[in-house]
Amino acid sequence: MNMLKIENLHAKIGGKEILKGISLEVNAGEVHAIMGPNGSGKSTLSNVLVGHPEYEVTDGSVCFKGRDLLTLSPEERSHEGLFLSFQYPVEIPGVSMTNFMRAAVNARRKALGQEPLSAAGFLKLVKEKRELVSLDARFMSRSVNEGFSGGEKKRNEIFQMAMLEPSLSILDETDSGLDIDALRIVAEGVNRLKSAETSVIVITHYQRLLDYIKPDVVHVLYDGRIIRTDGPELALELEKRGYDWVIREFEDSLQ
Amino acid sequence: MSDRSMTTETYTKLFGANRRMVDQGSCSVMNNLREEALASLSRSGLPDASLEEYLHTDVAKWFEPDWGMNLNRLELPVSLKSGFRCSVPNLSTALYYLADDRFVPSADVALPEGVVAGGLCDVARSMPGVAERYYGQIADMKRPGIAALNTLFAQDGFMVYVPEGLTVDKPLQLISLLQSPVDMMVTRRLLVVLGRGASLKLLLCDHASDRHSYLTTQVTEVFAGEGARLDMYDLEETGPNVNRVSELFLKQESDSMVNMLTMTLNNGRTRNSCHAYLAGRGSALNLDGIAIANGSQHIDNYTFVDHQVPDCQSSELFKYVLGECATGAFAGKVLVRPDSQRTVSHQTNRNICLTRSARMFTQPQLEIYADDVKCSHGATVGQLDERALFYMRQRGIPEEEARTLLMTAFAGEVLDRVTLGPLQQRLRHLVERRFRFGNNICDDCHICNR
Repeated sequence: MNMLKIENLHAKIGGKEILKGISLEVNAGEVHAIMGPNGSGKSTLSNVLVGHPEYEVTDGSVCFKGRDLLTLSPEERSHEGLFLSFQYPVEIPGVSMTNFMRAAVNARRKALGQEPLSAAGFLKLVKEKRELVSLDARFMSRSVNEGFSGGEKKRNEIFQMAMLEPSLSILDETDSGLDIDALRIVAEGVNRLKSAETSVIVITHYQRLLDYIKPDVVHVLYDGRIIRTDGPELALELEKRGYDWVIREFEDSLQ
Repeated sequence: MSDRSMTTETYTKLFGANRRMVDQGSCSVMNNLREEALASLSRSGLPDASLEEYLHTDVAKWFEPDWGMNLNRLELPVSLKSGFRCSVPNLSTALYYLADDRFVPSADVALPEGVVAGGLCDVARSMPGVAERYYGQIADMKRPGIAALNTLFAQDGFMVYVPEGLTVDKPLQLISLLQSPVDMMVTRRLLVVLGRGASLKLLLCDHASDRHSYLTTQVTEVFAGEGARLDMYDLEETGPNVNRVSELFLKQESDSMVNMLTMTLNNGRTRNSCHAYLAGRGSALNLDGIAIANGSQHIDNYTFVDHQVPDCQSSELFKYVLGECATGAFAGKVLVRPDSQRTVSHQTNRNICLTRSARMFTQPQLEIYADDVKCSHGATVGQLDERALFYMRQRGIPEEEARTLLMTAFAGEVLDRVTLGPLQQRLRHLVERRFRFGNNICDDCHICNR
């Protein structure tokens, strides 16, 4: 089943065109890796997909689970099952994890026509999902991401992903700033949430995370376009040889 | 003749013409100060925007309309019990009412023996020594303000007296309701006296019918004796047709501790002043405020903290959230006198303007004449954190709800300092409801639905 279909996507921020015609298809059950050098547009792509208001789509289309994604508000995209693990999770002083998560879970349930979770049901769900990424009980009473270590912030992202059960998760450099233990916890969390009905897009610079989260397809993004798509072996080759050769081959092909 | 002096003269003449009526409707403790009040008012006049302290709130203008006053103490119909429910329920309090400027006797409340609370004149008559010793002693009629006018016309109000060593466990709640069936100027007077080591929690709730316009002046004098402990919460939930001028004077003796919170959740135009005199060593004051306004609401808080002696602490935290065309003003003056060594004083004013047309004016003002002190101040004006908003929306929280959560969290920092647990929860709920439903929060109030 087709989960996400991006066609000829162009987008800009502050008048500058960053995405210059991206096409990409992700099927249910698949894991895609998007790699590429700094400044190639990886984070822009994830921001555009989740509807960040600062980015303007100038051309192209995005179809998510059969719906025109680009007409939906960020919260509607979330309710449809789209999740972004932020590269830099935001600190929200004064809003406890419990209140934040309850608001998120119940907003989604409301959008799906379900009753809000009972207090007990919510606590049970939290406990179950917390354990998935080894977060202790105290962290639910802390303010969202405030004073969290780098590892805690990323584990918190995966915890939220587990709570919201998205169809498509985009992990934006979830491996950055993680030590090897935290990386393993995060990756194991993601793997345990994987199913035949859900898909994952992993955005990363390095092969490292892909040792734990095995991609089915690897894309190279460069200058706002996808310049190469291949199987998982491509990631290994990039790790060994860098991006220069792919870029050269792409530029040669244009001539 | 300036507008201001014309307005002032209107009121001094009004007093001259009705002097007997004013006195007859009041008690000797209050009447004794009228001569002095008349002289002060004639000399200083009503405060207007030419004074720095009143730069953003031209209070004198509010007095220009021909307000009626109920000087002959007509018993206007009161329908408190059936018509009104305060929005701070579920809190067990000893409840008292002021209908406009009149104390309404309610069922006897069991207070510890020796503790007295009730109408100012009733208390003054039953224990004249105490009321005389304190009434008008710190309400400064010479400085710019409305203390002189209030003292001139006030005929009654509310008084609490907690003698030495006594603790009142149950919070006292005074509901002041503007409910007169005609537009009116209401003059109220409050007196709170805590003897040595006494302890009290006092909640003041201001409400108004939305059928008529009102101008209220309220002067509150608070005395905290040596080692006394007072938690005082002043909550305004009136409406767009209410102009409120409140002046609070606080004197603290040594080792006394006062927590004061002023919350303006709904109003028309409000000017609150607080003058705190830390007069005894080791006294401590937390002076906090929350102001939430939209539409064309206006909220001005002025604070003056006077560190008169060494080893005192004061901490101020005021937060404003302003939407639409609302205006807010905060001016905080801290004076550390030459001998007041080891003073610790912190002042913070943080503000959010939700729209481009909302305006905030903030002015910290520190005068420090001692050298061994720790003093700080900070003021910011900003907007809601767009990054946090987007993060929440990505998680599926609708934008409005995300805004509510962020605004409630912003104001919540002040509420974290409320020591009375159930009240803290209740105030948090009120703040959240204010953000969620704007100022249409009278759903469960019968006044508006009559």
